[in-house]
Amino acid sequence: MALSDQRLEIAMGHMLRIGVTVAALVVLAGGILYLSQYHGPIPDYRHFHGAAATYESVSAVVAGTLRFNSRSLIEFGLLLLIATPIGRVVFGVVGFARQKDWLYAAVSAVVLGVLLFSFFTKR
Amino acid sequence: MNALLFSSLVLITSILAGFLGALTGLGGGVVIVPVLALIFRIDLHYAIGASLVSVIATSSGAAASYVRDGYSNIRIGMFLEVATTTGALLGAWLVAKVAPSSIAVIFGIVLLYSAWSSLRKHAETLNKPHAGSLSAKLKMSGSYPVGKGREEYVAENVPAGFGIMFVAGTLSGLLGIGSGAVKVLAMDQVMKLPFKVSTTTSNFMIGVTAAASAGVYLSRGYILPGLAMPVMLGVLAGSLAGSRVLIHARVKTLRAVFALVIAALGVQMILSGVTGRL
Repeated sequence: MALSDQRLEIAMGHMLRIGVTVAALVVLAGGILYLSQYHGPIPDYRHFHGAAATYESVSAVVAGTLRFNSRSLIEFGLLLLIATPIGRVVFGVVGFARQKDWLYAAVSAVVLGVLLFSFFTKR
Repeated sequence: MNALLFSSLVLITSILAGFLGALTGLGGGVVIVPVLALIFRIDLHYAIGASLVSVIATSSGAAASYVRDGYSNIRIGMFLEVATTTGALLGAWLVAKVAPSSIAVIFGIVLLYSAWSSLRKHAETLNKPHAGSLSAKLKMSGSYPVGKGREEYVAENVPAGFGIMFVAGTLSGLLGIGSGAVKVLAMDQVMKLPFKVSTTTSNFMIGVTAAASAGVYLSRGYILPGLAMPVMLGVLAGSLAGSRVLIHARVKTLRAVFALVIAALGVQMILSGVTGRL
């Protein structure tokens, strides 16, 4: 069945809305947990501490989330949020390929490549 | 200040920023970064990181509503995302190379431009479709609802538009904002697309562009969970509320007032950068 542009766009729109809703709920849950556990003064946000202080890897975040670590839970929600527009581009690759629009399937694949490059290059 | 009080203050501020960003059409990022940096005295890297996350949330959250109206153009959007995402990678990489004071000055200039562009009148001048060969090859045309029927349009000056989109992406990655004002400039002014098509397609592109910087931001430690949490939730809630108000109210005066606020933030950012306070 041919997939019209309009339907493809609507599917993308739904996907984005669901993604952002789930992500926001996970971040909210993590935030509530964080604030209920942590009553101390705020960490030092005035000076930049480099990469050491935060996010390590997807697997570390997932492991922390399963232990109900509040920071990991927030980070997990943020990863879901960032994955949402990436999912939209995947939708583009698949959708354009189903329309047999190979030019735009390729364009979408290039965009996807740039996004994945950003995540999987180690600095 | 304890964590609960701090988070609440940041949350309230972010709701206001998201609301203001939606009403002016500029997005929450351009408001929240200067506020976090100038008022909360938060390091610029962390402010930019938290803002970028909120930009993704706003763009995705608004998607379902504007997609339904049939204004956005996925082909034009996807093609231009090649430029914005590569630009965003460059911008995110530059954050570590450029002094914070210079980033503040660039930010201030973008704020001033954004304020000006939100006040400009948008005359809807539809020219007869005379596409270049590139535009035709790339199928960069479409139609959008006008009154009862649909109006055809075609993208012009594709290479120039693509170039400006690269700059928009670089600014997005460097400043943690959606840079919607620059994206609309490329589509509306340069590629001669109808204004509604430009703004909705731009909104669609913002999330993907920001996601390209997010990977770099995460691995460099710009995104702090404790700070990003209230900023993301606040800006998202504020912008959803703002876009609802937009439908029901005439906001011309409000828009002018907010544009002045944004211009004032811009001047403040430039001053802080020049005097080396940021």
